[in-house]
Amino acid sequence: MSDVVSVRDLTIDFRTEGGTLRAVDGLSFQLGAGRALGIVGESGSGKSATALALLGLHRGTNATVDGHVEVLGTELNAATDEQVRRLRGSRIAMVFQDPLSALDPFFSVGDQIAEVYRAHTNASRRAARARAVQVLDRVGIAEAARRVDAFPHEFSGGMRQRALIAMALSCQPQVLVADEPTTALDVTVQAQILDLIHELRTETGMALLLVTHDLAVAAGNVDEVLVMQGGHAVERGPAESVLTEPSQGYTRDLVASIPRLDAPRDRPARESPAEPLMRVLDVHQHFRIGSRLTGAKLHAVDGVSLDVLRGEALGVVGESGSGKTTLARMMVRLLTPTSGQILFEGNEISAMPERRLRALRGDLQMVFQDPVSSLNPRRTIGDSIADPLRVRGESDEKVLRRKVQQLLEQVGLDPERFDRYPHEFSGGQRQRVGIARALVLRPKLLVCDEPVSALDVSTQAQVIRLLAQLRTEFDLTLVFVAHDLAVVRQVSDRVVVMRSGQVVESGETDELYGNPTHPYTKSLLAAVPVLDPELARQRRAERGKV
Amino acid sequence: MLGYVVRRLLGAIAVMLAMSAVVYVLFYLMPANPAQLVCGPKTCTADRLAMVEHSLGLDEPLYVQYWHFLSGLVVGRDFSSGPSVLHCPAPCLGYSFQYTEPVLDKILEALPVSLSIVIGAALLWLTFGIGAGVLSALRRGRWLDHAVNVVVLGGFAVPAFITSLLLLMVFCVYLQWLPFPSYVPFDEDPLGWAQNLVLPWIVLALVQLPPYVRLSRSGVLETLTEDHIRTARAYGLTERRVIGRHALRGALSPLITVAAADIAAVLTASMLTETAFGLPGLGRLMVQSVNQIDLPMVVGMTLLIGFVIVLCNAIADVLYAVVDRRVRVA
Repeated sequence: MSDVVSVRDLTIDFRTEGGTLRAVDGLSFQLGAGRALGIVGESGSGKSATALALLGLHRGTNATVDGHVEVLGTELNAATDEQVRRLRGSRIAMVFQDPLSALDPFFSVGDQIAEVYRAHTNASRRAARARAVQVLDRVGIAEAARRVDAFPHEFSGGMRQRALIAMALSCQPQVLVADEPTTALDVTVQAQILDLIHELRTETGMALLLVTHDLAVAAGNVDEVLVMQGGHAVERGPAESVLTEPSQGYTRDLVASIPRLDAPRDRPARESPAEPLMRVLDVHQHFRIGSRLTGAKLHAVDGVSLDVLRGEALGVVGESGSGKTTLARMMVRLLTPTSGQILFEGNEISAMPERRLRALRGDLQMVFQDPVSSLNPRRTIGDSIADPLRVRGESDEKVLRRKVQQLLEQVGLDPERFDRYPHEFSGGQRQRVGIARALVLRPKLLVCDEPVSALDVSTQAQVIRLLAQLRTEFDLTLVFVAHDLAVVRQVSDRVVVMRSGQVVESGETDELYGNPTHPYTKSLLAAVPVLDPELARQRRAERGKV
Repeated sequence: MLGYVVRRLLGAIAVMLAMSAVVYVLFYLMPANPAQLVCGPKTCTADRLAMVEHSLGLDEPLYVQYWHFLSGLVVGRDFSSGPSVLHCPAPCLGYSFQYTEPVLDKILEALPVSLSIVIGAALLWLTFGIGAGVLSALRRGRWLDHAVNVVVLGGFAVPAFITSLLLLMVFCVYLQWLPFPSYVPFDEDPLGWAQNLVLPWIVLALVQLPPYVRLSRSGVLETLTEDHIRTARAYGLTERRVIGRHALRGALSPLITVAAADIAAVLTASMLTETAFGLPGLGRLMVQSVNQIDLPMVVGMTLLIGFVIVLCNAIADVLYAVVDRRVRVA
């Protein structure tokens, strides 16, 4: 069996203003024809830089590539631009993470696929278009002959990723490089895309290099796993052994920090039925799309009723567009519901005037998804955390500093970093700052909207532990909104499943995960990638039957 | 697409109607009495003034006057000043008593001159502005990039009337390669038309050029960092195609809006250049009318300028929707 990709002593340096950054350091691996290799690692491990190097995509950038990268007999570091160009797309193709931006918005999907096909063949326009229809049809785009003229913005996220895979297929490459191909997608769509790639591989026999931060995604889709950390290969071996019996400490930690659906939950039994802290009664939120006259209405939240019990952690799960974030925003009255009631400790807050609401704002706080954009980059983190206190009339800078520093310590940050700016912190640390800011007024209800979805798994685990610990420390009631079923399971006492603005199922966490009754909940759970490769294959077979 | 165009044009018409009302009210609020101007400073008596006011319809309420104005646009109108009746055929923008001509006739006299100036100038500044911008983006940080920057800023920093005089001195006086500019209609002598206009074109283009160089340079640099450019490269498209088809499309589309606004502005308001070269275009007509307090002329031209700007923007919006399909969704 010959190797289609062979990498020896690969080193990639990025020139930055602060000096040279070594992203990949002496990496070697091989990929055999028709085999599948997963490169797994956290952000900054150099896995994407490695993937780009396989197509020579560092050419003309501020990166320096050293070592040997041989793809299908061509030594990339020695090849001319034209040789590399001929290789790209025709013999080795790449699928990218963000299907939203990976296609040119100015040209139709079919145009772009046909253009690639013509770049590598002598096909006529007509033949290239026919080929585009053919591959679009192959990747499961319904009515491909009609949709071939559609523009990227007319496709959903999953369809765009299918279109990109179609582009990759058009010249029948022998190697497919997929860089986080499903990270931006919902869990059910992720399963579909991974199944599609798997199916195409069995059909065409192309080799796959799958780059992902998600070990479970790798588990079901590759033969071999390479774990990267800080530009080095930490561990390499068959997927079964690396994922189930990791030999290196780093891999063990990584595997341990993955939130799993089958991990034991050590939840202290809650004290007997608590009274509701917040009651949401038949709440609706409608947005208008388009003009006042002709626009349609979007029912983002469509008649949701639920209770949040004092002291509990309520999980809200759903895919994108399910209305979970809109619901979360209404709970803290960042949005006023179109209709319905929200009672907080017996007070109707859904229509309360802002002036009266202000007294309650301190009790209702929120932690946001994106720790980068939710902090003002021009204010020190200390100032950002102290702002809510200032609004409350506290003006003594000494008192502010003392209170904030105490809080910094409680969320696991160095109190001496009070005067630092957000860009000096990592993603996980910034989320800690966001949590501190939400806690500074000692709220009763803390609503967390996807608080860990932008973080690496190991950081994710730390933040989740922190939230659990703060919950007891601050006597909090928690609403935890997320798309990741395993994360929600880890955090919540009770779970609500949302779809298209409605609650489809709710119940005690263990019961709901163990015994889902609604078909949608079942399909969500079935789509979650599992770590055990054997189980993953079973799941895929089951999905295939449906 | 058709729906979008229709909606956009209806919007443009609504804007023009609203604008005409505002201009009319402003005109009415002016301290100068048009009747007084028609009647003349010396021979005017109170009786005669009242008669002129009546004949011009100035004694009627504002909304009636506005209505006469609007209906004049559609069916034309008559002005009787004393014994003679002056007819202003539809579409009547008003009647200039200074020139004793309908306003529209004066405007139509000047329009070909301004159009000739703007067509050549726009062609120059778009070609060279975008060309230089794209080139300096592709050679970022190299000497060509810096050279373009220096030339462009230099051209921009010198006022138009100085550049005009310098060019006139060099090409018409010392070298005598070109005639002193005067307007020669295109249909009479195309070559003479171009020879006479080439200097104004250059002057205007130099003034208009810099934003295009900057915008197209930054547009190209920004687009080149986008993910879909990486996709295009990753699929083996030639660099020529990556730049020429994918990068430029995204980088240059926003310039449509800028160009529309600039073309409208140059068409109606290049007073300095027109005056410097003695060309009887719209800009110069406007300046003269203001100086002579020829109010019907000023109102008519203000409306026309507004009309041109609204029209250019409507065309730009439609063009943009042709280039970028996403616009039609919004």
